[in-house]
Amino acid sequence: MKTAISIKVNGVNHQDEVEPRLLLIHYLRDVLGLTGTHVGCETSLCGACTVLMDGQAVKSCTIFAVQATGSQITTIEGLAKNGDLHPVQEGFWEHHGLQCGFCTPGMIVASAQLLDRNANPSRDEIRHGLEGNLCRCTGYQHIVESVEYAARLAGK
Amino acid sequence: MANKYVGKRVKRTEDPRLIRGLAHYVDDIRLLDTLHVAFVRSVYAHARINSIDFSEALKNSGVVAIYTGKDVQQTIGPVPCASALPGLKVPDYRVLATDKALFVGHPIAAVVASDRYSAQDAVNLISVDYEELPAIIDVEQAAKGGPVIHQNFGDNIAYKLTSGEGDIDAALASADRVIKQRMVHQRLAPIAMEPRGVLARYFPGEGELTVWSSTQIPHLLRTQLALMIGIPENKLRVITPEVGGGFGSKLNVYAEEALLGWIAMQLGKPVKWIEGRRENIQGTIHGRGQVGYIEVGCKNDGTVTGLRYTVFADLGAYHQLLTPAIPTLTGLMLSGAYKIPAIQINVTGCFTNKMATDAYRGAGRPEATYVVERAMDLVARELGLDATEVRRKNFPAAAEFPFHTATGLDYDSGDYEAALKKAKEIIDYEELRQEQKRARAEGRLLGIGVSTYVEICAVGPSKAMPAGGWESATVRIEPTGKVTVLTGASPHGQGQETSFAQIAADELGVDLNDVTVIHGDTGIVQYGIGTFGSRATAVGGTAVLIAIQKLKEKANKIACHLLQADAANVMFESGRFSLQTAKAAAAGVSEPVHPVGEAPAGALPEPQTNGKSSVTIQDVALAAHLAKELPPDTEPGLSATYFFEPKNFTFPFGTHIVAVEVDRETGEVKFLRYVAVDDCGKVINPMLVDGQVQGGIVQSIGQALYEEVVYDEQGQLLTGSLMDYALPKASQVPWMELDRTETPTPVNPLGVKGVGEAGTIGATPAIVGALVDALSPYGVKHLDMPVKPETLWRIINSQN
Repeated sequence: MKTAISIKVNGVNHQDEVEPRLLLIHYLRDVLGLTGTHVGCETSLCGACTVLMDGQAVKSCTIFAVQATGSQITTIEGLAKNGDLHPVQEGFWEHHGLQCGFCTPGMIVASAQLLDRNANPSRDEIRHGLEGNLCRCTGYQHIVESVEYAARLAGK
Repeated sequence: MANKYVGKRVKRTEDPRLIRGLAHYVDDIRLLDTLHVAFVRSVYAHARINSIDFSEALKNSGVVAIYTGKDVQQTIGPVPCASALPGLKVPDYRVLATDKALFVGHPIAAVVASDRYSAQDAVNLISVDYEELPAIIDVEQAAKGGPVIHQNFGDNIAYKLTSGEGDIDAALASADRVIKQRMVHQRLAPIAMEPRGVLARYFPGEGELTVWSSTQIPHLLRTQLALMIGIPENKLRVITPEVGGGFGSKLNVYAEEALLGWIAMQLGKPVKWIEGRRENIQGTIHGRGQVGYIEVGCKNDGTVTGLRYTVFADLGAYHQLLTPAIPTLTGLMLSGAYKIPAIQINVTGCFTNKMATDAYRGAGRPEATYVVERAMDLVARELGLDATEVRRKNFPAAAEFPFHTATGLDYDSGDYEAALKKAKEIIDYEELRQEQKRARAEGRLLGIGVSTYVEICAVGPSKAMPAGGWESATVRIEPTGKVTVLTGASPHGQGQETSFAQIAADELGVDLNDVTVIHGDTGIVQYGIGTFGSRATAVGGTAVLIAIQKLKEKANKIACHLLQADAANVMFESGRFSLQTAKAAAAGVSEPVHPVGEAPAGALPEPQTNGKSSVTIQDVALAAHLAKELPPDTEPGLSATYFFEPKNFTFPFGTHIVAVEVDRETGEVKFLRYVAVDDCGKVINPMLVDGQVQGGIVQSIGQALYEEVVYDEQGQLLTGSLMDYALPKASQVPWMELDRTETPTPVNPLGVKGVGEAGTIGATPAIVGALVDALSPYGVKHLDMPVKPETLWRIINSQN
């Protein structure tokens, strides 16, 4: 028994019929082929699957695709505009905010939302804002510096 | 050679694909008609499997096949253990359990279905008739007796081992003081953010099997899988695409990797298995898991005279690749950064009904460092001396290197006092101690912890390794002048695509962006060993360097021929071979023959050398490929391969000093300062080194404060998801103030020692030491990890 959904992802409209139990992350990855967003824990703790749903950072491993119908989703693949990296992407590259890169798409999307809400966050605010995203490689310090850099870049 | 890149903070070349979500981890590789595999895993720690009923599951839509232990017992060889210790008992570790399950998560059946949801549905329909057996969970109990896991062995002791030099009995008997302490190194889960994953595809016509696996050791995996599955090694290709972290957990050969390859061969369709996080904590190796007793002898002036460590190693139910070897690394590093004349380790490796322990970042060395550093703190405490003074007193001087330890090692180079001095200056140690006095007078619990660690890295000489300790590189310059580096190392986040390109670009005088580093594909890259033990740059980077030197020798010959000059009159600089007499006129940047993005024409242009006073290395590469104008007896083409065998390990070191404050009301720990001065020899890219150190320190914080794999008395895993297994978050870790000293190693021409594990090895004892110091007003001399707020709160409140 499949259900019709209509979702706009990275500016493109998609109509599909999916099982009601299909998770948003699997819809994005397996149906649309947008594999940039990752599954890290399946329990909404690690944040590797973070995407923007109508501008809100959500964990796509614990949302059904049918719940996202009618909404606009932005994934990591949709952050760069016209070939220009998003300031947060620039920041992560500039400040070595990633090592293995697996948490990175979720971390970058969460950071982008953080800066949307607070254009000039303190280090503590950045750390608090990224509590829902785990990174096992960096120890977070370079991530904090990456977000600071992005804030400066975006503010220019 | 002028360094344009080496030693500089160069942005990573691997990042553009990673930050845009365009990289490919195993699960991102999508092949047509791929089937998905899910596993039935034991829910008991120890149980007889009476029967498995999968009749309902087979009826479920999408299910293609179900395999149990009986199907593969005769066809897939055991999961390998590469450790060879005298008298080691090695259980027969089959890829699927047959008659008994020996740990929670032990794979029992594999379901193949059209998609991952159907496969999991079918798993839920399979009913296993278990007969639960008593489990043995506590390692010290396992050493004494209790239910025997492997009946054929008679007991649960896998091996006993004693090693060390010097007369430890005499040393302890003649010491002014002997201090004893029990110490627990709790089990940890490595938790690479990308769980394991395997994709396998078989072409029956060609007889070729390709296995994509998230591994640190593609070539070693290929050899072992070939043996397990029985396919010729040269018909098996292992590809490691992007790997989302390893930390040692992917330095292994797992049952699932062999099974997926075998299933692909049975079904003739691609099969994929992506490990879930729950599976990952159940069935991917754990780290640490030692319970030990230390005895340290010292003179009244603080000189340490002997150290004995009697340890029970919790190996788990089976040996994975290096399981029994990890405690031997602990034994090797028990001298720490100190002159200790007598050292002894007594290891009892025990089977327990748990997942195997194996190499987790540091692999036996964090345990050693913890033992030695905690011992130094205990000595300082016993004698009322300063923790840094006791350490300084026992350091070998810089002039004493190479320094032989009573564990049988020869440390390559070091200046331990310099690192200690620098760290103390940065944190203003004397003032910090004064601040602590003032804080205590106010009733605040401020603690200072120190670790002056040394680690063993760049593993290592082949005689000390089970499967070769060298690393390989091929460097070639393509006809268009682009440089390709093939490395046998298999980096997975460490950034060697960048750092090796830095080495190559400087050595060849080309632009960094004209170098591509390829790794992790046994079909493309010559045999290699892999990335672990802080070895990739020190061993693999050296192979790159020497391969380039070989390549340049040939290029030089060809250049001389093209310039019609004697070798003595030609020099190479900034990518250009020039007649010395015309050197001044030849300054300029080397260019690829074809601009970026422009496809070479069918017929390549001839290099224009007539009458020139210089040729670029790209001109030489083209000439080498066209082979029309080469010196006599010169092989066409321009590539060189080198296998570098190091003569010794390297021994990076450093000092970490941390200041913490414990909240009296809640027991919570607040970091006030964290200073780390690390010495990893020469640095190729300081930004990458900082990243390695920071990440390592935070994993240490995880061990010190948060992380622990907990099994209950029946062997149920209580920390089976990230809801229960606590990883450090961004808000829980301090700002780390990093600095370095630089003592090059003589072991390799790069002078690089390795840095991947420094933070994880050096930081833990400093943090625990700081907490002990904070609570010393309560008479606390030692705390076992993870030191939870509850523990601290109880100490504070039980004695108020």
